[in-house]
Amino acid sequence: MNAIDAPLPELTALRTPAPADLAPTVLVRVGLADEWFMADAPIGPIFVAYNGRGVSATGPGDRAEGAAGFEAGFAGRFGRAIRSARRPDAGVVRAVTRSLAEGRPHGLAFDLRGVSPFASAVLHGALTIPRGEIRPYAWLAREIGRPRAVRAVGSALGHNPVPMLIPCHRVVRSDGTIGDYAWGSSVKRAALAAEGVDPDTIERQARGGMHYVGSDTTHIVCLPTCRHARRMMVRHQVPFASLKAASEAGYRPCKICRPV
Amino acid sequence: MDTTEDLAARLAIDLDGTFEALVRAEQDLVYGIALRSTRDPGAAEELAQDTFVRAYRALASYDTQRIGDLQLHAWFARITINLCRNRARSRRGAPVEVPFESIAEPVDPSLHPEPAALAREAEGEWGRRLAALPGHYRLAVELRHVHGLSYEEIAAALERPINTTKTHVHRGVALLRAAYSQEISA
Repeated sequence: MNAIDAPLPELTALRTPAPADLAPTVLVRVGLADEWFMADAPIGPIFVAYNGRGVSATGPGDRAEGAAGFEAGFAGRFGRAIRSARRPDAGVVRAVTRSLAEGRPHGLAFDLRGVSPFASAVLHGALTIPRGEIRPYAWLAREIGRPRAVRAVGSALGHNPVPMLIPCHRVVRSDGTIGDYAWGSSVKRAALAAEGVDPDTIERQARGGMHYVGSDTTHIVCLPTCRHARRMMVRHQVPFASLKAASEAGYRPCKICRPV
Repeated sequence: MDTTEDLAARLAIDLDGTFEALVRAEQDLVYGIALRSTRDPGAAEELAQDTFVRAYRALASYDTQRIGDLQLHAWFARITINLCRNRARSRRGAPVEVPFESIAEPVDPSLHPEPAALAREAEGEWGRRLAALPGHYRLAVELRHVHGLSYEEIAAALERPINTTKTHVHRGVALLRAAYSQEISA
């Protein structure tokens, strides 16, 4: 090594350590770690986790375990590090806030790694159900082209990593009862009530044999919460227990809610 | 602590499991290049993040052989330098932004020094002298004497022959020394 190539301490001293936050931020951006923030859902505050690929998880914000519980559950399920976001990504916050307020996805990307193609189809199917309407599990199974996989649809919804943002609460049992929910059935009822669907009314109607409602002016039969069913005047509503009964009475299924 | 070769080998087998170690091993180099190029800590941090995000996407598309063969220091230096150049180019084309507040209410600059001024102060005399070198000398000297890269790595990073690289480092150091003696004798 000649003299001119000897180390120059003055220049070596110019090494500047990278900011401590650089590596954690990079890991979040490439999807190897996540951050969470709190957002207001119609049922109250919820945890929202995201990384550079999209929103990866949500959790109920009212549990006693708090943020530590959400973080532990997340790490156990996804095997990635998670931290509270110091500066939550403004684009994600905006998309989540608007999606929760309007009850439909607005510029949201989801990170559904680890979700099977079947479960992913189920979750994307659930995203098409409008706010304030409900559909039976069998309907969703039919919509994704797997009409006999009703139980598997229920199981996929039960493992929805992003409840509230993907509205699995809008899918109910085919017998008309509200059914189970990843965050507990009382949260499911509250979420529906917040969208103007009264779960008690739905269950009472189902018990009374009203699974479908037809209009005696149009002779079209709908699921009870279809926006077209709700427009019918009460004196024109005809309840049906089955589609077969409706069909025999000369009613055709609605093309919007596509009853099963 | 991994050697660079170990890290490249582990990366080839398990990108996701090794990527954090890679970021930690290369972050001072990447951030240092970005800071010296932008002279703005906020911009340097963003540039460093972008460098690693770009590297991750590239690695995810490379096959095992290609990852194992990477000269990681040289590869990261090159990505960072390219992103710094792109940024400088796009800023030259962009109109100069004058914040409204600075027109409305003049403030005492000693109370609110601009980030670039703070960075200039932090980099010290040698940093200032280094920054004053012509671009191709500056990068070669910086990679050699600030970050300790080998001539082979510097040549790969700057995409120049090794002998040219050596010449640039030596002339750059000679210029720095000349600037120093001129200053102390003045």
